Amino acid sequence: MPLDPAVLLKALFLALVAVFVLVPLLATLLGGIKSLGELRVNPFGLPRQWEWQNYADILFSARYWQLLRNSLIISTLTVTLTLLVASMAAFTFAHIRFYGSSMLLSYLTLGLLFPAATAVLPLFIKVRDLGLLDTYFGVALPQVAFSLAMSVLLLRRFFKDIPYELLEAALVDGCSYIKFFRYVTLPLSRPILATVGTITFVNSWNAYLLPLVMLNTDALYPWPLGIMVYQGEYSSEWHLILAFITLTAGAVKG
Amino acid sequence: MARPVANVSAMGVAKTSFSPLAVRGPSWDGRFTVLILFLPPALLLFTLFVVLPIGEAAWYSGFNWNGFGKPTNWIGFDNYRFVLETRAFWLALRNNGLIIAVSLAVQLPLALTLALMLAERFRGAVALRMLFFMPYILAEIATGLIFSFVYDGDYGLVASIWRSFGAEPPHLLASTDTAMLAVLIVVVWKYFGFHMMLFIAALQGLDKSLIEAARIDGATRSQALRHVVIPLLYPTIRLSVFFAIVGSLQLFDLVMPLTRGGPADSSNTMVSFLYNNGISRMRVGYGSAIGVILFAICVTFAFTYKRWFMRDE
Repeated sequence: MPLDPAVLLKALFLALVAVFVLVPLLATLLGGIKSLGELRVNPFGLPRQWEWQNYADILFSARYWQLLRNSLIISTLTVTLTLLVASMAAFTFAHIRFYGSSMLLSYLTLGLLFPAATAVLPLFIKVRDLGLLDTYFGVALPQVAFSLAMSVLLLRRFFKDIPYELLEAALVDGCSYIKFFRYVTLPLSRPILATVGTITFVNSWNAYLLPLVMLNTDALYPWPLGIMVYQGEYSSEWHLILAFITLTAGAVKG
Repeated sequence: MARPVANVSAMGVAKTSFSPLAVRGPSWDGRFTVLILFLPPALLLFTLFVVLPIGEAAWYSGFNWNGFGKPTNWIGFDNYRFVLETRAFWLALRNNGLIIAVSLAVQLPLALTLALMLAERFRGAVALRMLFFMPYILAEIATGLIFSFVYDGDYGLVASIWRSFGAEPPHLLASTDTAMLAVLIVVVWKYFGFHMMLFIAALQGLDKSLIEAARIDGATRSQALRHVVIPLLYPTIRLSVFFAIVGSLQLFDLVMPLTRGGPADSSNTMVSFLYNNGISRMRVGYGSAIGVILFAICVTFAFTYKRWFMRDE
């Protein structure tokens, strides 16, 4: 059967894009297993000598685990606080009618409009004046604040779909709003809480600008800051840097 | 009809039915409690760390101030004049414009083409989708570092291709002529998969019968595509354009590991320009002025776009 030229063209195009995407990723993965000398003469191919020592050096360094620990602490703080504060606000907006409700909601929605970078200098001064500079909270609290807009909107949408009859029945039976929130709303909302939590976690885990501004001590750096410092120290020792990237970027997905 | 508010007094709040917040409903037992307990944390955090800093940026931008003590040296709009007189600022603005242009002219068409190909079911389609989406999942810092390796003049992939032709490898990121181009390629590499996924999701939600009807009425494949499928995708395309532009205006994390805005400010974005001038040197007034300008651009864009292009949504 002769090949349809249109299909062939399509396959060729897809292959081309696949190569464009794949080559830098594979080069990173393999580059971390080569020696520096080999990297220079053989950047594309499989390693002739597999240098697992690169990975071992990093995995057995206290620094690597410290970076991951810091990232984990900051992200967990951010996610926990975001879910707590946002779900409480979303619950209020979803179930309680009060004067100014829609105005306050649009006020929060404004947060979707601008990047944290526009206000990062005053934010730095505020965090400094609160005495939170160089603390995990100094990074986490602004991250919570900036993730609130999206989180409250998503959660409120979901909370509103919980049947009103359920709330009414609970109230008639003597359940309070707060108990309803704690024992009905939150358990029913696991899927959306997981979604919001994941988005917040990934954003926080990968964040660079806020930690860069708020943290001065190496010992507190999350991994994006740490990896930049590492690259600065080992400026052209690409085999180590690539191994480091593979180990941390892999940790995100694993 | 409002009943007495038992729970409220239990919370130690004055027993009053004249709440300024005018809670309505058959009974508002407990509602007021929820209101005063559940809403303030979010409002407080948001106001303190998002809204106030924007206002303070406007205030600080009127001072010549290094961030220590209280700002006293009021200089009015001079910071804005200094920013606008800096050539590097206009370079940064131009670079943000370039990123937007490449996003719209290269990235989105590429994403749309791929989405149209991969929305159909065939062997390997799902695997390709996942592959193309992978750069988006990767952190920006990691992406930037990977590409600073790819572009490295001694060890990088580009260099070895050059050497295989017997030519002296260029240091792409170290030249003012090529640094920004190199950044733009990374931008496409990193983000096209995200837009492709948006388009695939939209394509899968389309009503197939409309396309079949067009085909039965004699439209060719490309006619059906041009006159039925693409128009049906307009809402998604508008959303995608919005994300692309807002994202382009905020680009920072990707630039830092690649070039830090250099050489000679040739690859700065507005945020990296703000960082390099305002934060590294703690020129708070000057940096705040840049922040306010960026804020104004973002907000103006968002409102205009919503008004002109996203009226129905």
